Amino acid sequence: MSLVNFTSREITCKIVYYGPGRSGKTTNLHYVYERVPETRRGRMVSLATQTDRTLFFDFLPIDLGQISGFSTRFQLYTVPGQVYYNATRRLVLQGADGVVFVGDSQARQLDENLESLQNLQSNLLEHGVDVRTVPLVMQYNKQDLPRELILTPPELDDALNFRAVPSFPADALHGTGVFETLKRISELVLKRLAAGSPAV
Amino acid sequence: MTTTLNPRFTFDTFVVGAANRLAVTAGRTVAENPGSAYNPLFIYSGSGLGKTHVLMAIGHAAKTLAPQLNIEYLTLDEYVEAFHAAIAAGQGDAFRRRFQNVGVLLVDDVQFLTNRKEMQTELLRLTEALQQSGHQIVLASDRPPAEIADLDERLISRFSGGLVVDMGIPDYETRVAILRRKAEERGSSFQPGVLETVAKVEFPNVRELMGALNRIVAFQAVNDTPINAEAVRKVLGVRTGESPPAAGSPAAASPGASPDEFSQFLTDVSFTVGKAVEAWRARVTEAVLRWEGEGYRTGRLEKLLDQERPSAVDGEIAAYVLDVERLKALEAEVATLDPQASGDKVFHDPGRMAEAEAAAARVREGAAPPPAPSAAFPLDAYMAGSSNDVALNAARDVISKPGKKYNPLVIVGRSGLGKTHLLNAIGLELAKKRGAVVACLSTQGFVDELIAAIDGNRVDWWRARYRRCTALLLDDIHLLAGKERTQEELFNLFNQFLDTERQLVFTAPAHPNTLEGLEERIMSRLEGGLVAEVGEPDKELRRGALERLLKQQHIRADAALLDYFADRPVDSVRSLTGLVQRVVEAATSQEVPVTAGLAREVLEGVPPRPPPGARRTAGARTSGLVVSSAGGVRSREKMVWDWPAASDRVIEEVR
Repeated sequence: MSLVNFTSREITCKIVYYGPGRSGKTTNLHYVYERVPETRRGRMVSLATQTDRTLFFDFLPIDLGQISGFSTRFQLYTVPGQVYYNATRRLVLQGADGVVFVGDSQARQLDENLESLQNLQSNLLEHGVDVRTVPLVMQYNKQDLPRELILTPPELDDALNFRAVPSFPADALHGTGVFETLKRISELVLKRLAAGSPAV
Repeated sequence: MTTTLNPRFTFDTFVVGAANRLAVTAGRTVAENPGSAYNPLFIYSGSGLGKTHVLMAIGHAAKTLAPQLNIEYLTLDEYVEAFHAAIAAGQGDAFRRRFQNVGVLLVDDVQFLTNRKEMQTELLRLTEALQQSGHQIVLASDRPPAEIADLDERLISRFSGGLVVDMGIPDYETRVAILRRKAEERGSSFQPGVLETVAKVEFPNVRELMGALNRIVAFQAVNDTPINAEAVRKVLGVRTGESPPAAGSPAAASPGASPDEFSQFLTDVSFTVGKAVEAWRARVTEAVLRWEGEGYRTGRLEKLLDQERPSAVDGEIAAYVLDVERLKALEAEVATLDPQASGDKVFHDPGRMAEAEAAAARVREGAAPPPAPSAAFPLDAYMAGSSNDVALNAARDVISKPGKKYNPLVIVGRSGLGKTHLLNAIGLELAKKRGAVVACLSTQGFVDELIAAIDGNRVDWWRARYRRCTALLLDDIHLLAGKERTQEELFNLFNQFLDTERQLVFTAPAHPNTLEGLEERIMSRLEGGLVAEVGEPDKELRRGALERLLKQQHIRADAALLDYFADRPVDSVRSLTGLVQRVVEAATSQEVPVTAGLAREVLEGVPPRPPPGARRTAGARTSGLVVSSAGGVRSREKMVWDWPAASDRVIEEVR
């Protein structure tokens, strides 16, 4: 997938929200969806189970309109967090321009976070992509939970953020950190335009 | 340490508008009356609005009005650096004195005084000293004194005590004027409305305005058709009636939407996209303009602009810059070896790296030819005679079999006998051969070249230059006397030439073994070839030389004249030439033809013949003395060439 098409003057960014099950990826998308004016958002496609878990994936297209003469579109995807949907995750990850890793701040979820992170790395490798080259942002969600249940952002940084990528504490349900995360990943993705390097 | 004033930054090249009029007027006043009008003058403006330009313009104007004035321009960083260096060297006082003697001190980027307490103290001291001695200080900063963080109160009051002026963003009209002037400077012309369209964009500073101009200049340069207003908007990424995202305005927030998270996000993204999406073009154009300005061919970079997508332009630019650096290095290297060759265009075209490398390699190998024989001495102009037939025959042998028969050939003879002529004649003939590189020069020249090479640290190059010669001809080899290094070099060359059967020819005033100051090894090698002597010209040769000489001067030579000259006791063709020259000049000044009589008169002081018509018996009556043509009687007193008639003689006797 091409990030920038200079011929048709289009920019399309595919951003994938990755993370363990129930970490809040879909919540992120929902929050964004609600804030985007109707004229600018496409239909949010969500394939969920009856228990409201993402079975397949969420897809939210956002049209940012003309920017510098380029019609700019963002496509936000989430992957199903559950371990057994790995084939789907790999599929969604294909052609991603940037990845937001939504981690669960709860202390007891630390292992799931680590596992998912490793899964991200191996799935990217399957596509022949080195995780170090992909724009990546960490979001530590559920920071609104009681202190005793969660790890602080510095602790989570120590545990998960080996590569010292930008990280944001968030409360996706109420929107804290959602746009900050999105903004940062967009910047990272768009900066690659300047370098002229091709997308994943 | 002090930056020289950029000659382009004068008041004449500064476009004055409402936003900067005060600053320019103040600057002019200060330049006209340094130290007395506004002291200190403090100019502040945002980046890219012309602070440095005005500072330097003040310097230029002051210098023009008072050339003896000591003017220093430097940025605060340079000042700090110099200060630290001076302190480290224990020269703090000298440093202070140095700046206190500056007539007009221009300090740029004063905002960097933040958090530099010791520099603030130093600057305060300097400002006070300069003010007291009536010297001018002009400062420029990107913010007013009061807004420079941590600035000493005393400095603030000191600065504010003079005149603090700001320069704003130029208005539309000024922007148009700036664009017009810059376009003119670049020699670019645009369709009407193009520059106005660019000016409509509210760039935050002039530098970015120039960036926009650069882009449309570059765009027009790579496209065949002149750019129009519509295309300008496209190139600059501006939609009609709207500022570019670079100016920081939100691009496409939905109308009526409150400034919520999304529109904020959109603004930020727009900014990033705006910077990223066309940034590569700007970078390429910047590189093109920069290197074009430095005189390099930029075709390679311009090609990048043709492509639709920015495939690795940074890599291309970096490669280009590397190549330019390489070219610079090559040119510098070549310049030390051969200043003439360094002007080669190939050293300014990164598209022709291989050629540049090859050219440099040629120079390195000594491709610059050594001094060649003079064309003024062709062989067929060399007069042959019994006095020089040995040398001439040897020369012919050398020409037909260079390096094989007589090597070296040493032509000896006194000055003026034509050694140099013969040497150059041999050189000319040898140079006619295919692939021949003949070095033919005076020994003095040879010595001088070596000294220059030692001085320029390029002896290797100098050696290489001679080593690739097929023949080496040195005039006046005795001048090597005492030049040990040259003898050493010549000795090495000598051996190489002998080993590879390349011809060596020398001239000397006397037989080599009588020359003083030559090392034995050189002398023996000179002896080892053929030493051919050139003797004094005999009469036959003199006559031949004379005939040619007179013919060259378009003088009809009768037998008497030739005989007269040929009989003159001269020891060389050169002195013969001198005699002829004297006679010819006399003839020209007296407006009479060159005759034997005139020659006699000029050279021997015999009175002129009586005018034609007077009674005389020229040559008929003689004293009875028979003068041999070989010049047996040379005394003037004893020779009477022209007897007066008898009647004349009577008068003579009465007297």
